[in-house]
Amino acid sequence: MAKKAVKKSNGSQVDQVPAPTPAEVAALASCARHGNKPDELLEIFHDLQHQLGYVPDATLPVIARALNRSRAEIYGVLTFYHEFKRHPVGKHVVKICRAEACQSMGTDALCQHAEQSLRTALGGTTADGMVTIEQVFCLGNCALSPAIMVGEKLYGKVDPKRFDEIIGGLEKEAAE
Amino acid sequence: MIKVFIPRDAAALSVGADEVAAAITAEAKKRKLEIQIVRNGSRGMLYLEPLVEVETPKGRVAYGPVAASDVAGLFDAGFLEGKTHALGHGLTEEIPYFKNQERLTFARCGITDPLSIEDYRKHGGFQGLAKALKMKPIDIVTEVTTSGLRGRGGAGFPTGIKWKTVHDLPAGEKYIACNADEGDSGTFADRMLMEGDPFCLIEGMTIAAVAGGAQKGYIYVRSEYPHSVHVLREAIEIARRANWLGDNIQGTKFSFDLFVRMGAGAYICGEETSMLESIEGKRGIVRYKPPIPAIEGLFGKPTIINNVMSFAAVPIIIDKGGEFYRDYGVGRSRGTLAFQIAGNIKQGGLVEKAFGVTTRQLIEDWGGGTATGRPARAVQVGGPLGAYIPASKFDVPMDYEEFAKVDAMVGHGGLVVFDDTVDMAKQARFAMEFCTIESCGKCTPCRIGSTRGVEVIDKIIADVDRAKNLALLEDLCVTMADGSLCAMGGLTPFPVMSAVRGFPEDFQKPAPSNKFLADAAE
Repeated sequence: MAKKAVKKSNGSQVDQVPAPTPAEVAALASCARHGNKPDELLEIFHDLQHQLGYVPDATLPVIARALNRSRAEIYGVLTFYHEFKRHPVGKHVVKICRAEACQSMGTDALCQHAEQSLRTALGGTTADGMVTIEQVFCLGNCALSPAIMVGEKLYGKVDPKRFDEIIGGLEKEAAE
Repeated sequence: MIKVFIPRDAAALSVGADEVAAAITAEAKKRKLEIQIVRNGSRGMLYLEPLVEVETPKGRVAYGPVAASDVAGLFDAGFLEGKTHALGHGLTEEIPYFKNQERLTFARCGITDPLSIEDYRKHGGFQGLAKALKMKPIDIVTEVTTSGLRGRGGAGFPTGIKWKTVHDLPAGEKYIACNADEGDSGTFADRMLMEGDPFCLIEGMTIAAVAGGAQKGYIYVRSEYPHSVHVLREAIEIARRANWLGDNIQGTKFSFDLFVRMGAGAYICGEETSMLESIEGKRGIVRYKPPIPAIEGLFGKPTIINNVMSFAAVPIIIDKGGEFYRDYGVGRSRGTLAFQIAGNIKQGGLVEKAFGVTTRQLIEDWGGGTATGRPARAVQVGGPLGAYIPASKFDVPMDYEEFAKVDAMVGHGGLVVFDDTVDMAKQARFAMEFCTIESCGKCTPCRIGSTRGVEVIDKIIADVDRAKNLALLEDLCVTMADGSLCAMGGLTPFPVMSAVRGFPEDFQKPAPSNKFLADAAE
């Protein structure tokens, strides 16, 4: 929402504020909901990611102003945490656990299978923009390894076959 | 009306509990049978999930693991009367896995409806807090000290001492912070309790607040646990409405309120000072100690920080007395620990037992051996920063001091079992890799040391100057252990060196790229 000096046809200069983008509006609203309190910054990021799928860089100056923090601080917090994304992701985010308990039950093979069948590396998104796969360390389902999480839905005992069924289900859901 | 219990625990949901609940509801409707479905927590026998229980005059009868496709058959067999079925296990409380435990912290988990405050009270809930509200704060601290409770998050620091420090500081703004950033692989006890008995955590934290004189508390839950976050937020709302939180709790002068904060996928935020930074909305960078958080903690104020399991042990300690709790356990490890049997295991789950039980008992008697049926070769105890224990040490009793003697740690009691196909050089490499990914970057031994560690182990695996690089790795581990600011860099050498020492043969294998030549030479 930076002010731009615009020259009018009659030669006089005025400050023109461009209309805020939907992302900026969402950021402002979220800050307000959290009382513009700097300690609620993570909650604000969660909010935005929930609404927009990621936290656009354009929202950072807006948040910085609302919370009375420097843009560097806001940027620093955003980039510290693995969970927050700065770029658009697939319609579904599939987290595959790569921690020890899942390793003992073959998550390395599962990751390879996922990368091959979806033709994208961990951290990447399928060509059709449907699925982003990423590694996480522990989903707390260590007695039913390997575990994956799709959105907020947790799955246990996921072998390559079950993985394909779960992904197939997402595609079917989208087709309907 | 017949009560049917189907867990809402995330682990149960991960293998289809919601689908089973829907199938049972539909089938009952079809057969015009009136049933009441209760979504309870998990009993901890995760290998049986989804575990469906039916209330009968004799007690609750268990069926599991139930798939939605089994439901019609269960109705045909008369499971609503507790009749036999191929998936039946008889009375839940008589299943040896469950019966042979000592459930203090998890006494209610899986039995009650987690969000029913009436259910909670019926099963002894809020008795500890009701008592605490009438006690002098120092007497609460004394009771906790007497119990011998030590930090269940892994470090094992005496809880009573922490509380006493905060209690003794002048009255003023003070905080309670619960570490629910259960990031260690092989652990799910915190999650199970938060989802299965959230009022127990709320009660424990409120008792801590009475003891320490705090007005506000935070529960820091990791973002990988969305179910826990939802349940806790709902439970806190219910507790507020029933005046177990908020102003003038139960008509006393004491006020306390509780808030949930969600992490964002940073393992380091399980370190207490990093967690404080994160709750304050900052980067999760570790703080220097001193000052200890008990004196300068959240927002610079005195703060009692404990793990979920430590807070959840408190209600029963106050209700039944510190001595009751202390009578469980061995040596200086008092009370019970919620052991979590995970990884390559036939019967994984949660086993709450007094200290003194052995790894072998847990993985054989309860766990039933590996899931693959092969011999168990290594067990990592205490999370990614815990040592890998070879079979020769499976009989060491679970006791903080006994484990320390064999260069291992009990930690939070999470056990990850590996069969004999595990490559320990690869596991050692992963320990270093994990540290590179999760280090907060503040101190050099952790930030740079872990990257160098990965490189050195890669050279060892590739058979480049093996003897020299093994010596270098050991030297690097000493530097990391002695020079790191917190447990992240300080304990990463544990899994690495335990793998090198306990499984030396895995570091002497032919280099992978030379495998063809090595095979040909044989």
